[in-house]
Amino acid sequence: MNPKPSFLDRDAARRNHPGLMQVSLRNRAIAIAVVSAMALVALFALLRLEFSFARLGSGLGQLATFLGLMIPPTAGGSFMAFLKALGETVAIAFLGTLLAAIFSLPLGFLAARGVIGGAVLRFLTRRFSDSVRGVDTLIWALIWINVVGLGPFAGVLAIMTSDIGSFTKLFSEAIEATDRKPSEGVVSTGGTQLHVMRFGLLPQVLPVLLSQVLYYFESNTRSATIIGIVGAGGIGLHLAEMIRTFEWDRVAFIILMVLVTVAIIDFASSRLRTLLIGSRPAGI
Amino acid sequence: MAIAIPHLQDAQLQTHLAAYAAAQAAKRRAMLIGLVVLLIAVVAAGHMAEVDLGKFLANIHQLTSYLGRIFYLDNGRIVFTDIAEWFWGLRKWLVHIGDTLLIAYLGTLFGAIGAFFVCFAASANLSRNATSRFIARRILEFFRTVPELVFALIFVVAFGLGPVPGVLAIAIHTFGALGKLFSEVAENIDMKTVDGAISTGASRWQAIRYAVVPQVLSNFASYTLLRFEINVRGASVMGFVGAGGIGQELIEAVRKFYYSDVSAILLLIIATVMAIDLVTERIRHSLIARENRR
Repeated sequence: MNPKPSFLDRDAARRNHPGLMQVSLRNRAIAIAVVSAMALVALFALLRLEFSFARLGSGLGQLATFLGLMIPPTAGGSFMAFLKALGETVAIAFLGTLLAAIFSLPLGFLAARGVIGGAVLRFLTRRFSDSVRGVDTLIWALIWINVVGLGPFAGVLAIMTSDIGSFTKLFSEAIEATDRKPSEGVVSTGGTQLHVMRFGLLPQVLPVLLSQVLYYFESNTRSATIIGIVGAGGIGLHLAEMIRTFEWDRVAFIILMVLVTVAIIDFASSRLRTLLIGSRPAGI
Repeated sequence: MAIAIPHLQDAQLQTHLAAYAAAQAAKRRAMLIGLVVLLIAVVAAGHMAEVDLGKFLANIHQLTSYLGRIFYLDNGRIVFTDIAEWFWGLRKWLVHIGDTLLIAYLGTLFGAIGAFFVCFAASANLSRNATSRFIARRILEFFRTVPELVFALIFVVAFGLGPVPGVLAIAIHTFGALGKLFSEVAENIDMKTVDGAISTGASRWQAIRYAVVPQVLSNFASYTLLRFEINVRGASVMGFVGAGGIGQELIEAVRKFYYSDVSAILLLIIATVMAIDLVTERIRHSLIARENRR
């Protein structure tokens, strides 16, 4: 009786199929070089950033203590205050996303190749959106606080600003990916450039844009939970305060509230997406 | 000779026109209702978020004046006249930017390694056990839904101030985000090679090593690079909560009104993010090209 064949007998395979089993020396050298370079950088980073087993060990111990204190999560009598702050968070995300979408629509057309405006305008719009995107939402919140003062309005403006950068890029990509034929049809019947945009482009890009905006609404709800840390309104202020005062059961409660809210918004926005643009996937 | 174009009888045309008008009216009505709902939501949200347009318009000049002020040195001259004075802390800031990059790098690396080992348990085609799949997915979901700054805040208390909590926070968030993307990639592979490997007696991990990994590796690498870009941005604000990197310098400059420092640090951050974007985009395109050649 034959012994049960093992899955990969390297030696036998190499003997029987010398051509297939040859690994190119060059590829192997490249793989080894890449992996060892990555490992070296990681090692340098670990040393430079002062990682140590003692520190990780004591930190993990602390973390376990905190986790123990988090159970059971309680609101500690401030449920209504938390709920109001959470509502503020959702309002910040909603308004920020909406305003960003409104401002980005014309910018998206400007940044897209071959719709309106010249190369110079396109270049400027794109660099503008790149720079805006390079700065984190939290930094925008800090800057806007200087303008409109502490409070949720600064949060709205921060979410709006950083989303204008993302939306301009996404919208222009969606516009560039459209089929040219409807636009050509509109031109052939004597339509102006405005007609081309309204009847040739908009019907094609609107579903894509809508689904992106809805997706960002959900992700902005998550961002809006943290901008309170720098004083721009929402639940983040409470969260940071509870962490700093070691009220771990309330921390856990707030995190749970945020998770539930995000799940609800995720569900609602996917329902809304199907309602608005049908069940067909709105891929580009 | 004129060619007669067949056209509908007037009566027939009327019914079509009426149907069209009715359909249009229904569409308009639905749109109007949608707009009203949206408007109500905007007003409610505006009330909640304390939007005060009067205050906004009264203070909007402060944005331009703030943006103007950060481009003036203490001696009242515009920054471009004295680059050396503007970037007086360049050496110190570059070290912090370097630390920020290292935080993002380590966080991405740890997160990606964790995601690699968990993603196969979360993908529908490679994990036969519904319970473990459910657990893996929920864990990934939790880690990606809680913002990384919240983890950073908690870790700063547990591990002390410095870059260590920043790295761990980014690693945990990356683990959740990449784990989901990786498992989606793994769900889209060609299962024939896996079946082939299993038919010759491969164990689960052998099948993954020889049949799955070769198919997914370049996509995994591409997503990881994309995540690294995002994490560089994330690491730049870790310092706001005391978790290391350039953010500490930035928030100090903003809070203490060191105007020209704010613009110098912001420009350094933007330049770094753009450079990283360019490099990773290059690598990702070559990875995608390699994938397409196969």
